[in-house]
Amino acid sequence: MKTSVTDLEAAMELDEATRLAHAFMLQRKKRDRNARLLKHAFLIGVSFIMLYPLVWLLSASLKPENEIFGNLDLWPSTFKFDNYSAGWHALPQSFSVFYVNSAIVTVLSVIGNLISCSFAAYAFARLRFTGRNFFFALMMMTLMIPYHVVLIPQYVQFLQLGWVDTYLPLVVPRFLASDTFFIFLMVQFFRQLPRELDEAAMIDGCSPFKIYWAVILPLSLPAMGTAAIFSMIWVWEDFLAPLIYLNDIKSYTVPLALRLFLDQEGQSAYGQMFAMSVLSLVPVVLFFVLFQKFIVRGIATSGMK
Amino acid sequence: MKRFIARNAPGYLFLMPWFIGFFLLALGPILASLYLSFTRYDMVNAPRWIGFDNYTYMFTRDRRFWKALEVTFHYVVLAVPARLIMALGVAMLLDKGLRSIGFYRAIFYLPSLLGASIAIAILWRQLFDANGVVNQTLGYLGVSGPNWLTNPDTSLYTLVILAMWQFGSPMLIFLAGLRGIPRDLYEAAEIDGTPPWRQFTRITLPLLAPVIFFNLVLQTIEAFKTFSSAFIISNGSGAPADSLLFYTVYLFNEAFKFFRMGYASALAWVLLIIIAIFTAIAFFTSKYWVHYENERD
Repeated sequence: MKTSVTDLEAAMELDEATRLAHAFMLQRKKRDRNARLLKHAFLIGVSFIMLYPLVWLLSASLKPENEIFGNLDLWPSTFKFDNYSAGWHALPQSFSVFYVNSAIVTVLSVIGNLISCSFAAYAFARLRFTGRNFFFALMMMTLMIPYHVVLIPQYVQFLQLGWVDTYLPLVVPRFLASDTFFIFLMVQFFRQLPRELDEAAMIDGCSPFKIYWAVILPLSLPAMGTAAIFSMIWVWEDFLAPLIYLNDIKSYTVPLALRLFLDQEGQSAYGQMFAMSVLSLVPVVLFFVLFQKFIVRGIATSGMK
Repeated sequence: MKRFIARNAPGYLFLMPWFIGFFLLALGPILASLYLSFTRYDMVNAPRWIGFDNYTYMFTRDRRFWKALEVTFHYVVLAVPARLIMALGVAMLLDKGLRSIGFYRAIFYLPSLLGASIAIAILWRQLFDANGVVNQTLGYLGVSGPNWLTNPDTSLYTLVILAMWQFGSPMLIFLAGLRGIPRDLYEAAEIDGTPPWRQFTRITLPLLAPVIFFNLVLQTIEAFKTFSSAFIISNGSGAPADSLLFYTVYLFNEAFKFFRMGYASALAWVLLIIIAIFTAIAFFTSKYWVHYENERD
């Protein structure tokens, strides 16, 4: 009898406990939902602040000159698409020239980066040779060296070669794996591929180059894609090297051309300047929207800037 | 010998482009700039050896050098923590309890991709104009903002804010790091009734230390090298009153405006040494505050 009472008590206690636990869970769920709503509200607020400058830029590029400043309205009273057509021809050379120049430099640089960096990464990640670790350490050290340290001797070198005012100083280094970052990125990726693939291919009599070309590269398309996207964006936005090596306005890239607008400040061509600024960002934003997955994964795995 | 060649040839062949680049574009120029730093060189006459003159002048008499150091350090000390705190805070918000974070992640990362472009530097100048958007907004709140870009006391903050705006890539790295922290640690702490703040200091911070360390080193080096935005926003000169005279902007002007190549090389070497010292300190002290999870002591 006694036992059954305690059993009953125990059962009631248990019931009480589950009831309490249930209430606790309910309360927690409610709290979690409130917290989540609060978080969303906060994050949307931050998103708004983050996007505001870009939206403002877009709106200013469509406004008449007298509405750009002293006015917080984002909606222009009249849409002035002229800013785009006038801005395109506002400089001594038209922006067609600058875009072609930028495209030439960017495409060649990306090709150079992909070839030379994947070669080096393949050697570091998959081949055995004397001094490999030493050279790898050297390569990692060059990652840290600021561009400004090599800038002056490189400039003297290229000047003596007669390369100033050509695209060679911008493009040739990329064929010599000078953007070491991408070597590092690709090494990280190549190392994850199973070794058995190389060994099997070797037994089948494949040369190291054949293995690189037919085994490693096809399996590394995500890494190559990430490297291609980043190098495209960085070369497109590059300012310092073109600023030093390109003096003739006919050879200017888009960032150098944008800077010319600043020199003409006071001639009240803000709308045109903003219009061309918007256009210069379009390729980057487009790439971002199309290849967001590659970009996010690339940063998370390699810790790029 | 033959065997040595046969065994190593493929590796060296694949490394050939990098080898050439390393000697001609990295090692060679580094040594050349060390040599040039002991000379006077204007690109017209041959370099003339002057011993330590560049360095003694720099450290004892060049007030702009000290100003450039001050501006750059000031910027690093403000911008790097600001950016990292922002990145960590947002990453933690995104990490827990939200399902569709892709949207926010994309929006927060976009400025990092665009931030290096000249278009954004141009935009920033206008936002902080005397009657630009920032001051207009402040005006609505009843605050009359300073003339950000012409006032030497405020000009640096425009660049710090630009740096904060670009917190996207450290945020992504923090997010990847937070994903690596086991959930059950937080659940156990929750059951023990540990308040959120203590969960942060006792679980998140220690387990995230390697990632924080990585971000800190990377972002600091990046901050020391800031050039394009400072160059555009200060009109290429470091104005007003040298308050935006970033080290790299000073170096650029000495080299490519005044053609004092020898002196600029000395400046470059001092920058290299500063970055090397900072990196070394970070690595040597890291064992006291960074613990890797697979480490057993």
